[in-house]
Amino acid sequence: MSVPVIEVRDVGRTFMISSGFMRPKRPLHAVNGVDLAIEPGEVMALVGESGCGKTTLARMMMGLLSPSGGEILLDGKPIAGWNRSVIARAVQPIFQDPYSSLNPRKTVGSIITLPLRVQGAAEPEGWTRRAEEIMELVGLPRRLFNAYPNQLSGGQRQRVAIARALINRPKMVICDEPTSALDVSVQSQILNLLQDLRAELGLTYLLISHNLAVVEHIATRAAVMYLGRIVEQNAADVLFSAPRHPYTRALLASVLTPDPGLGVPDTHLGASYPNPLELPTGCTFHPRCADAMDDCARRIPVHTVVPGGHVTCHLHQNGGGSDAGT
Amino acid sequence: MAAERILEVEGLSVAIPTPSGMLHPVQNVKFHVDRGETVAIVGESGCGKSLTSLAIMNLLPHRAMRSADRLVLDDTDMLRLGERQMSDIRGNRMSMIFQEPMTSLNPAYTIGDQLTEGPRRHGQSGMSEARDRAVWLLEKVGITAATNRLRQYPHQLSGGLRQRVMIAMALMCGPDLIIADEPTTALDVTIQAQILHLLAELQREFRTGLILITHDLGVVARVADRVAVMYAGQIVEEGTAHRIFTTPSHPYTRGLLDCIPIPGKTARGSHLGSIPGIVPSLIGEMPGCHFAERCRHATGRCTSRPVGLGDGLGPDHRVRCVFSPEELQP
Repeated sequence: MSVPVIEVRDVGRTFMISSGFMRPKRPLHAVNGVDLAIEPGEVMALVGESGCGKTTLARMMMGLLSPSGGEILLDGKPIAGWNRSVIARAVQPIFQDPYSSLNPRKTVGSIITLPLRVQGAAEPEGWTRRAEEIMELVGLPRRLFNAYPNQLSGGQRQRVAIARALINRPKMVICDEPTSALDVSVQSQILNLLQDLRAELGLTYLLISHNLAVVEHIATRAAVMYLGRIVEQNAADVLFSAPRHPYTRALLASVLTPDPGLGVPDTHLGASYPNPLELPTGCTFHPRCADAMDDCARRIPVHTVVPGGHVTCHLHQNGGGSDAGT
Repeated sequence: MAAERILEVEGLSVAIPTPSGMLHPVQNVKFHVDRGETVAIVGESGCGKSLTSLAIMNLLPHRAMRSADRLVLDDTDMLRLGERQMSDIRGNRMSMIFQEPMTSLNPAYTIGDQLTEGPRRHGQSGMSEARDRAVWLLEKVGITAATNRLRQYPHQLSGGLRQRVMIAMALMCGPDLIIADEPTTALDVTIQAQILHLLAELQREFRTGLILITHDLGVVARVADRVAVMYAGQIVEEGTAHRIFTTPSHPYTRGLLDCIPIPGKTARGSHLGSIPGIVPSLIGEMPGCHFAERCRHATGRCTSRPVGLGDGLGPDHRVRCVFSPEELQP
């Protein structure tokens, strides 16, 4: 088995949240004991509702936030203590909103070459040529080199953001909702482009998205997060065709395909998303779970290995579960 | 039983003067909504769907000019009403749910103040009666401990709860018509399903007409009775949801449906369809089909003269295209 491009081992991140004047701060476990390994060439999708810790995990992978526990390895080497620009050479982000992620006062050319300047890449005289090459690759006409972001459409802006992410040949690209701010017809162009670039440049993606139809379309693996923990992980075709965790099933059930007459599905997720400061006991999903048993409120389920991945749910624990959860 | 018409719109246009000429973001829009019916207006940004709803409410930005042949709510001709009388209708017989529950609730007032403002403004009921109705509606939209919620401020509620409050607020005066502009776009998929469920249920119960404005074709297919697809200021295809999704006939509608991955239908990892080009500028007059320059079927016929909304496909399906659906087969 090859060395994962990026590996996250038992990583956690806790924020201290003020609970009011003169009251002690309380810990919020945004990410809790997450294990994730992304193999070269994979498209790993991270799905879950807002507030589940997807973005916090991604920020730790980019070195923008240090974990409170556990370690993150790039190509098998722990990144703790590395300079951010060293991590940036290997891991680059593409953000959701191309209207706010590009500096309006800089030209397209200067935006795209910024990573080279920041990372101190060699041969400054060749930067323009590299920028033009990457622009062609992402489908931006060369005449836009001296244009400003306000002269571009949403799709072109997102192409600029992709060109900027790719110019210094990163191994890994973290796409945080790369298409949700775009129109339907532009969204498909960007998804096609991301697919082509992966094949052409041998990239590895971490895709964060709430659009499960998009995830199902391009991901090779998927991890489902709930309240800071990964509750199920598997190859995308397995996860989407035979979801094991009740939360995964509920998420998939809430995808609205354009089929008239089917109506809106009932997800059975009655209660609203819990307050992450007051985590439910036992399995944190049990108050919303349609299949909850007595045990679920009492004991924390453990990771159970299943073919191709793992699931963390009492329903799937061999022999009715162990007492390992504390 | 004949359906009871609640809103009739005919020849609705909006014009906005700009330094480079007159902009026509909404052009000659015609549709109607029956009591208890959901009509979806779908389209991409800039197609005029939101301005259409603002024009119906007479809430356009002040430089924008509205013109219409007919704009009738139940039995009231809204074209004859002054601003004063319109504001008696807004929030009362016709209300709106906006996309961003974070920005459309006033952070400085409690939920209770904002919910009861409508009935008090329209002189429908006194304070205690309005509060009772607010509590009743909050419970209806699935908010627990409703009496306590009335004392809370918007920042104390989550996004899903705020959107429920917005829905309850739209229903406070028992409107005949609700216009919901992207009501679930800012929400998680799980909450989206719950909110749509709720809207459908309440609509059935109160027999309210609903105009749903969205770009999400999945939502439209599941919720709408009838659909109007807008492109560059015009309705390009209109029909029952069943017709639009099973036999889409305008090249733009077909293009949109090809762009979205559909689990179980689109081959995983395959190339998605796309619509090349960009939306045309709507400044000045535009003869012919607005979609022509992005359409792979376009010929000289398309751009020479105006294309009307033809009903060659039957009474419940109209398309603005010079070709018949058979001629457009690939």
